Amino acid sequence: MPIVEHSLILAAFLFVIGVAGVLVRRNAIIVFMCVELMLNAANLAFIAFSRTLGVDGQVFVFFVISVAAAEAAVGLAIIISIFRLRESVDLERFNILRW
Amino acid sequence: MADLLWWIFAALAVSGAVAMVMARNPVASLLFLVVTLFSLAGIFVLLEAHFIAAIQVIVYAGAIMVLFLFVIMLLNLGEQYRPDLKAGIWLVAGGVASGTLGWLLASALGASGVVGTEPAPVDRDVVGAIADPLFRDYLVPFEVTSILLLAAAVGAVLLAKRRV
Amino acid sequence: MSGFQPVAPWAIVLLPLIGFLVNGLAAFRAPGVKAIPTWVGPGVVGLAFALAVANFLGMSAADLHDPVVVSYWTWLPAGDLTVDTALQLDQLSLLMTLVVTGVGFLIHLYSVGYMGEDPGYARYFAYLNLFVFFMLVLVLGSSFALMFVGWEGVGLCSYLLIGFWFRDREKADAGKKAFIVNRIGDVGFLIAMLLIYVRFGTLDYVGVFEAAPAALAFGGATVTAICLFLFLGATGKSAQIPLHIWLPDAMAGPTPVSALIHAATMVTAGVYLIARASVLFALSPAASLVVAGIGVATALFAATIALAQTDIKKVLAYSTISQLGYMFLGVGAGAYAAGVFHLVTHAFFKALLFLGAGAVIHSMHHALHRTLSHDDPQDMRNMGGLRRFMPITWITMWVATLAIAGVWPFAGFFSKDEIIWQTAARAHGPYAGWYTLFWVLALAAALLTAFYMTRLMILTFHGANRTGEEERHHLHEAPAVMWAPLAILALASLAGGWINVPQAIGENALLGLVPHSEWLHEWLHPVTAGAQDVLAAHVGEPLRQAPVGGGEVAWAFVSFLLALAVIAGTSLYLRRRAVSPAAHAQAPRGFAKVLHDRWYVDELYDAAIVRPVVAASRALWRRVDQGLIDGAVDGVGRLSRGAGAAGARVQSGQTAIYAAAVVAGVLMLLGFVVLWTP
Repeated sequence: MPIVEHSLILAAFLFVIGVAGVLVRRNAIIVFMCVELMLNAANLAFIAFSRTLGVDGQVFVFFVISVAAAEAAVGLAIIISIFRLRESVDLERFNILRW
Repeated sequence: MADLLWWIFAALAVSGAVAMVMARNPVASLLFLVVTLFSLAGIFVLLEAHFIAAIQVIVYAGAIMVLFLFVIMLLNLGEQYRPDLKAGIWLVAGGVASGTLGWLLASALGASGVVGTEPAPVDRDVVGAIADPLFRDYLVPFEVTSILLLAAAVGAVLLAKRRV
Repeated sequence: MSGFQPVAPWAIVLLPLIGFLVNGLAAFRAPGVKAIPTWVGPGVVGLAFALAVANFLGMSAADLHDPVVVSYWTWLPAGDLTVDTALQLDQLSLLMTLVVTGVGFLIHLYSVGYMGEDPGYARYFAYLNLFVFFMLVLVLGSSFALMFVGWEGVGLCSYLLIGFWFRDREKADAGKKAFIVNRIGDVGFLIAMLLIYVRFGTLDYVGVFEAAPAALAFGGATVTAICLFLFLGATGKSAQIPLHIWLPDAMAGPTPVSALIHAATMVTAGVYLIARASVLFALSPAASLVVAGIGVATALFAATIALAQTDIKKVLAYSTISQLGYMFLGVGAGAYAAGVFHLVTHAFFKALLFLGAGAVIHSMHHALHRTLSHDDPQDMRNMGGLRRFMPITWITMWVATLAIAGVWPFAGFFSKDEIIWQTAARAHGPYAGWYTLFWVLALAAALLTAFYMTRLMILTFHGANRTGEEERHHLHEAPAVMWAPLAILALASLAGGWINVPQAIGENALLGLVPHSEWLHEWLHPVTAGAQDVLAAHVGEPLRQAPVGGGEVAWAFVSFLLALAVIAGTSLYLRRRAVSPAAHAQAPRGFAKVLHDRWYVDELYDAAIVRPVVAASRALWRRVDQGLIDGAVDGVGRLSRGAGAAGARVQSGQTAIYAAAVVAGVLMLLGFVVLWTP
């Protein structure tokens, strides 16, 4: 079976599920996890392409994972400090940066 | 055989993702994501990216998700969770947007026509195949990423302290 | 004959302007210094009069035939139309100049006494000088355009002078009314000028009147239209029906102003206009009929109102309107010289009447002021028996009354009778019936004139004094600076008619007992010749016999005797009647009330014109200006703010909204790439 194409379609599905999750969930950590899911979908696409186009895709995934780690650390630190301020991680409560 | 495995992994990944989005308990949500990550690692193996599959399990599922779990536990979100889906309009909007996006992506990726059918030649061992371009062609991004990780570590510590 | 050399005509016009500037400056910088306006005010007019006399002597010696146009610079070089700043010196304009500067000088002199205690003394003379300047521009201008400059200018000065005591709301309103009503007439003047330019290509008198008989068809639509529009302007300026309403209100101004502007000079501008454009009016019998008809109707109408007025100045105002009607009747009947003749004599006796009334009011005002009484110093019911206190004024005003009533040998007899006679003599050819009717109406109005003027004199000077016990002691004659002009004008009212005695009358044994000649007719002949030729060619010679009864001499006797009879009868009748002072007087009832209330013309205009216009203005202001226009402008502002506020809501601060925006953007981009391009 054409594994590459199928993997790409799968990546699209996973990405879209992640987008849906970002739009509908209120818990900041869950939203963060959905973002991680989107990153993983992108990784899958890279790996699928690298099967036929060369090893550069995998190198890229390497970088994506390391950056995702850094980003997760910093983002969670921010969520922790917000929680200390607001006693909540509900996104709808954080709206003071507005008009 | 590989096909069947692929389908199993794919089904696991999708259901794990959907469950993650819909779960109410944040811990449950996280564990479902871990399931998805593991299935993706399996698919990576099927796509001949063994090293990356290992990295995925060790770093992503093993470190990053554990970090998430730490934070969830730290903030005591595992208990007393209330339903936190947004109001109906968001569900509709989310569904429509996602559907449209999915269709567009699928049509874009499915008709890309870029991919050939022959797997790329590999003339080194698994790790070496990645290490070579990483330390030769992509040396600069590699060094920059290490600095980035340093900055992230310092930043995370600073941000999460009680008093600066 | 040597040619006529004008003697500094520009100085005649400029001297009053210089007077205006000097007096105006004095009004601003040194309002308390009375010497400046006292000498400069009358002085410049006196000098202008002297120059006018010099020019007159030169012109009569030179036996001028064609007008002398002295051009100074080109004012309007506008494509095909060129209008120069030029003065036209001919018999008519010089005659008018003599009247304006002569009578004007006397009135300036009188004003030194009358306005002596007024704080606006310098301002008064500034305005009066400015008026004389504009009036001279009006009569000496060589084109319709220049006349119009003077026309508007005298309207402005009229407004300034009527509302001289502007702090009194009523007086200021009277000034406004005069100006606005004048403006309505001016529209007619402008349209006429437009038509003249379109037909003749020029606005200069010389160009237009020479070409007129050839360029315009006799009785044609164009010339009739031109004449009717010119007459519309004249009705506004000369207070004829339907634009007469401003003149009685104009009595709010100082009495010398009423004498100069609203008796002797400005209101006669309309008559001057028609006399000047006599060729055009001769070419249009229909328009001339309208002029004569409105003239005689106004004469009768105003005379009826004058019967029932109690304010001395109002009686004189309506008398002025009535006499102006006679002048228009004269020029409408083709007797241009007769109309101008009456203009001249009327200037004498009407100015005299107003100045005399001013002396009376001056005296009454002092008397009532002393006792702090609130009675009206102008109400004749508060007067009576003043001849004992003001003999000079009494005698001079009787001279004027006899003149205006048409008693031989005073001036009005000759001028008014000639107009009435010429109307009868025109009862031939087209519109014969109309002119016959006008003749009868004119006779009736003449009788009314004698009646109301006698009534004025009896109420004011004869009988018992009703001013009050205490006030009586303060009634006194006017100072010399005020009664000297009265005396001079009285002499003019007596002898002024002798400058134009028709031949038939002059040959009569009785009526010709005064020094006589047809001088004015001959003097004005070069100016009226064009019109006379047209009339002779198309309408025919005037009749020798009136439609009823005998010839000129017979009717002259009849009207003279009738006038005497009316005066005598009125005196006898009114002397017997007791008159109560104004405070205790009863309001008039019935027909007398209608006359007293001026036939309700003002009320009619108010209801039919003023109120709808004001209501429309208000509606336009509220609905269109405030509602639509302001609303649109404000609406744009509100729209911007609303759009801005709506746009600002995008910055909700909620990350989910931002994420949604990102997704939407990605959707659009991706959609574009996937669906549009490949």
